[in-house]
Amino acid sequence: MGKPVIATASLAGCFGCHMSILDIDERILRLVELVEFNKSPIDDIKRFTKPADIGLIEGGCSNSENVAVLRDFRKNCRVLVSLGECAVMGGLPALRNSIPLKECLEEAYLNSPTVDPGERVIPNDEDLPVILDKVYPCHEVVKIDCFLPGCPPSADLIWEALTAIIEGRPLNLAYDLIKFD
Amino acid sequence: MAKAKDIVHRHPKDPAALLDVVRDVQAAFGHVPDEAVARIAAHLKLSEAEVRGAVTFYHFFSADPRGASTVYLNDSITSRMKGRAAVAKAFEDEAGCAFGRVSGDGRIGLFPTSCIGMNDQEPSAIVDGVVFTRLTPESARALVRGLREGRPAASQVAELGDGANQSELVRAMVANNIRERGPVLFGAHESGAALRKAVGTTPEKVIEEIKRAGLLGRGGAGFPTGLKWEFCRREKAVERFVVCNADEGEPGTFKDRVILTELPRLLFEGMAVAGYAVGARTGVLYLRSEYAYLRAHLEAALEAMRQDGLLGRAAAGSEGFSFDIVIKSGAGAYICGEESALLESAEGKRGEPRDRPPFPVSSGYRNLPTTVNNVETLATAARILVEGAAWFKAMGTPQSAGTKLLSVSGDCGRPGVYEVEYGLTLAALLEMAGGAGAKAVQVGGPSGTCVAQDGFGRKICFSDLATGGSVIVFGPERDIFEIVGNFMDFFVEESCGWCVPCRAGNVLLKKKLEKVVRGLGTEADLRDLEAWGKLVKATSRCGLGQTSPNPILTTMKSFPELYAAKVRKGEDFVPEFDLEAALRTGCEAAGRRPECKESLHE
Repeated sequence: MGKPVIATASLAGCFGCHMSILDIDERILRLVELVEFNKSPIDDIKRFTKPADIGLIEGGCSNSENVAVLRDFRKNCRVLVSLGECAVMGGLPALRNSIPLKECLEEAYLNSPTVDPGERVIPNDEDLPVILDKVYPCHEVVKIDCFLPGCPPSADLIWEALTAIIEGRPLNLAYDLIKFD
Repeated sequence: MAKAKDIVHRHPKDPAALLDVVRDVQAAFGHVPDEAVARIAAHLKLSEAEVRGAVTFYHFFSADPRGASTVYLNDSITSRMKGRAAVAKAFEDEAGCAFGRVSGDGRIGLFPTSCIGMNDQEPSAIVDGVVFTRLTPESARALVRGLREGRPAASQVAELGDGANQSELVRAMVANNIRERGPVLFGAHESGAALRKAVGTTPEKVIEEIKRAGLLGRGGAGFPTGLKWEFCRREKAVERFVVCNADEGEPGTFKDRVILTELPRLLFEGMAVAGYAVGARTGVLYLRSEYAYLRAHLEAALEAMRQDGLLGRAAAGSEGFSFDIVIKSGAGAYICGEESALLESAEGKRGEPRDRPPFPVSSGYRNLPTTVNNVETLATAARILVEGAAWFKAMGTPQSAGTKLLSVSGDCGRPGVYEVEYGLTLAALLEMAGGAGAKAVQVGGPSGTCVAQDGFGRKICFSDLATGGSVIVFGPERDIFEIVGNFMDFFVEESCGWCVPCRAGNVLLKKKLEKVVRGLGTEADLRDLEAWGKLVKATSRCGLGQTSPNPILTTMKSFPELYAAKVRKGEDFVPEFDLEAALRTGCEAAGRRPECKESLHE
């Protein structure tokens, strides 16, 4: 077997979880030895060029493109991981879920005092993805195999999870890896 | 708002008076306005946040107006089985507003509430503190019309119930429905006999007698009463307390209501016996808000006992023993039936459970040693003192001595209370209650067990079907999933929110159940239900979260075929997510065509 293939994506997230991936510091050199990256913002590969063993998803689904990317990942990844609070629960973006979407859009694009009076319009360019009625955690849209909580999950937690999946062993979660306050 | 000021200043400048002040303000204004919050906080030396915390915690307090008159219609499963939907619609039509709202003229507020202890006479409601039972669409309409015409709710009680419900101090249409009178609670009792016997001997001997009788707590948990008293007595302290838990909130239980109505003196005598045994001078009856209509009746019973020399200084003629009882009212919160939450509430705070240990016997009411006992337990203890441990032990089973008062409701011909010996089978109980042919029986309320027909040979006792007394019968036509859904809604509503697994887990369990019921479940979803249910039970700190997944877990056991029939076989994952529906609003808002499909925008 060749090197395990990893793909990553950030949906409705802040890229903090990706920063946390990079936070594994010099271990990234070992990671590069161990795995091969495919579709990911880290190497800027835009489309899957081969099936991946592990897909890491940051962020939940807030618009149609998020759903498309997530479904594409599900098709192409053997193990799909929800990485961080937003992917697992919806996170900060999901704070809008208690407010009807129409009100959110009107507040942001029509009624906000910082909107130029001549430009009071809800964006409708057909090249833009369409926003969903609310933010969905990934596991409500596709089957998710693993969940890594945290905002962001610490680099050590990500490292431990990745190496455990690759080595096919159970996770060894030390207390400080899953203690969040 | 001079009036709010007057109300607030009627109360002592003591934080413990918080609930009493808020209750009076709520009664006067139909809600607790912001200005009153500030006044209450200043008067009691609390922060406004603490006052608001209490206001928002309890069902019967509200920061928003609840109408000049307020209807609280019971939302329990039995109420639904007995025609709640039509009654609710009648209320809404006549009031001109939906449930959860106040009518446009501000006259009528309609709100749902959890079980109010009238399960044998549903649908029932509390209207401005007055209980209305066996409501029909017609009586609901007439009631609202009467309120609009300015006739107070109390004046609209047409027919009174039986027994003490007819007394001037109660005047309630509530029926006792005592179907089976057993020898313990309903045996002939000479008031004062138990207390005189107690004070004629030593506290240690009283405890010994209760231990010998094998009396276990009647609230459902079954802790040995004598042992609890002994633990409490052994604590070195300046003062100890006896607290009676009269907050029976488990849907389907109403047996304590009957004791409070018909046997208040026996209960208070039991509290005095407990007081003598543990070395307490004060007893506190924590009365659930739903039973506030009994308060004057209970106060009168206390006064009569003082006149008879059974309470107060030198109670029962014993120079060294003084004991009296005060009544504290709840304000609508199931969680306050949990003893440590009850103590918090009795101290005037939000009813959030405490960490245990320390247990109440060492640090309870006002952080002093306290024995918290159920109504039935205390009444039973009084009877044991008179008749003796051997008499008591001769009834029931070896591990579960004596009798149990059961509240039977649902699909049966003779709903009501039954005092039966422990060891009775469900089949025999169904026979007595006219519930033969039932499809299932819920024993112990939503937090208990759902037993299917193949379990009707099981026995009511601590080693088999332990129960605080709630028994709900479900006939052959009932939808088990509707019942489970109602029970889960109840726990979602009643979770105090302290523990995340309980606060969030019950919501997730309910959503997952709905997914399965809608036919979108897989076997993996069933495994999730089971695993999450176990997780919530294991990681919640009080009895609510430790039992709230039971409606799902016990029906998965009793009715596995129902769940199996709902899930899709061989499918790995079925999402509830519907992309088209999720995109609709966004497309409309942006003026885009709804056929807009997902695409990879690159």
